[in-house]
Amino acid sequence: MRRAPLPADALDATDRAILNALQDGFPLTPRPFRDAAAALGIDESDLIARIQNLREEGAITRFGPFFDAEAMGGAFCLCAMAVPADRFDEVVTLVNAHPEVAHNYERAHRLNMWFVLATDSLKGIETTARAIEGETGLKVLRFPKLREFFIGFRVQA
Amino acid sequence: MSLDAIDRRIIAATQGGLPLAPAPYAEVARWLGLDEAEVIARLSAMQASGVIRRIALAPNHYALGVTANGMSVWDIDDDRAEALGERVGALDFVSHCYLRPRALPDWPYNLFAMIHGHDRAAVEAKRQEIAALLGDACRASDVLYSTRILKKTGLRLREG
Repeated sequence: MRRAPLPADALDATDRAILNALQDGFPLTPRPFRDAAAALGIDESDLIARIQNLREEGAITRFGPFFDAEAMGGAFCLCAMAVPADRFDEVVTLVNAHPEVAHNYERAHRLNMWFVLATDSLKGIETTARAIEGETGLKVLRFPKLREFFIGFRVQA
Repeated sequence: MSLDAIDRRIIAATQGGLPLAPAPYAEVARWLGLDEAEVIARLSAMQASGVIRRIALAPNHYALGVTANGMSVWDIDDDRAEALGERVGALDFVSHCYLRPRALPDWPYNLFAMIHGHDRAAVEAKRQEIAALLGDACRASDVLYSTRILKKTGLRLREG
C-alpha cells in the first residue's frame, strides 16, 4: 500500500468528489456505477475509468464489500508485550513466526509490541498467546474487545 | 446470521474488491455460476445482518496526506464508558474505537480510539478534543505512536 502523499495536482475536483461520495456507500443494484455516476453528474464509463485510475495511483485501498470478520466466525484479540530492548529482534522473530499473528506494530511505550491474533476460535487465541509466553518467557497481555463502537471515520479528499 | 457455502463463495470472490465493470454483481455471478439477482440478494442479506458493514470505496488516507496516527487510550468510569465510547467512535477522525478490559497494574485504560491526522500535532489536537468530550469521566489517558510495522498481513477468510 502507498504510504506517501500523492502530489497536490494528482487529483482533480471530480476525483475528490468520487472519493468523498463513495466512502459512504456504493449501490447494490444491477448498474451501480451508472447510479453512482448520475448522483455525481458524470458518465458511468467516466466513473469506472476514474476509479481504475485512482486505484492505480494508490489513492484507494479497497473498493467493495467490507466484511465483519468476527460475524463470519473468526476470533480476534489485541495483545501487548513489554519487550526488553536487547531482546526485541529475537522476540519479533518468535512472535511473527506464528501465522495467527495478523499484524504487529512497535509502539513507543513500555508496552512496546502490539499485535493482533486472528484464529478460528477463542480457544486458538489462548493457545497461541500461551505458546508465545512459553517461547519468549514474557507476559502477553490480552485485550479482547468487549464492545466495538460504530465508526464515523471519513477522510476529506 | 449463518452463512452457507454459497455466501462463503461470494465472500471469497469479493473480499479482494468488486470488478470494475458496468455490471459488477453480474460479473461476480458469472465467476460463480450464479444469477446476478441471487448475488445481489445474498449481499443485501449479509449487509442487513451486519456480516457486510458496508459496500464502499476506502480512500488511502496516507495518499491523501493523513499520514499520522496515534492509538489513544483512556481510563473511563465503567458506568459511563458505553455512552462515551459511542460519541468518540462517531468522530470523523477516529477509525477504530473499542472498549477492552484493563490489565492492572500494567495497564489502566479501557477505551481505545485510533486517531488520524495530517501530522502529529493534528493528532494531539484531536486527542484534546476527545479529552474535552470525556471530561471528568476520564481519570487518565495516553497516546501510543507506532514506530515500526513489524508484520502486516490481510485478514482473509478461508473459503468453505
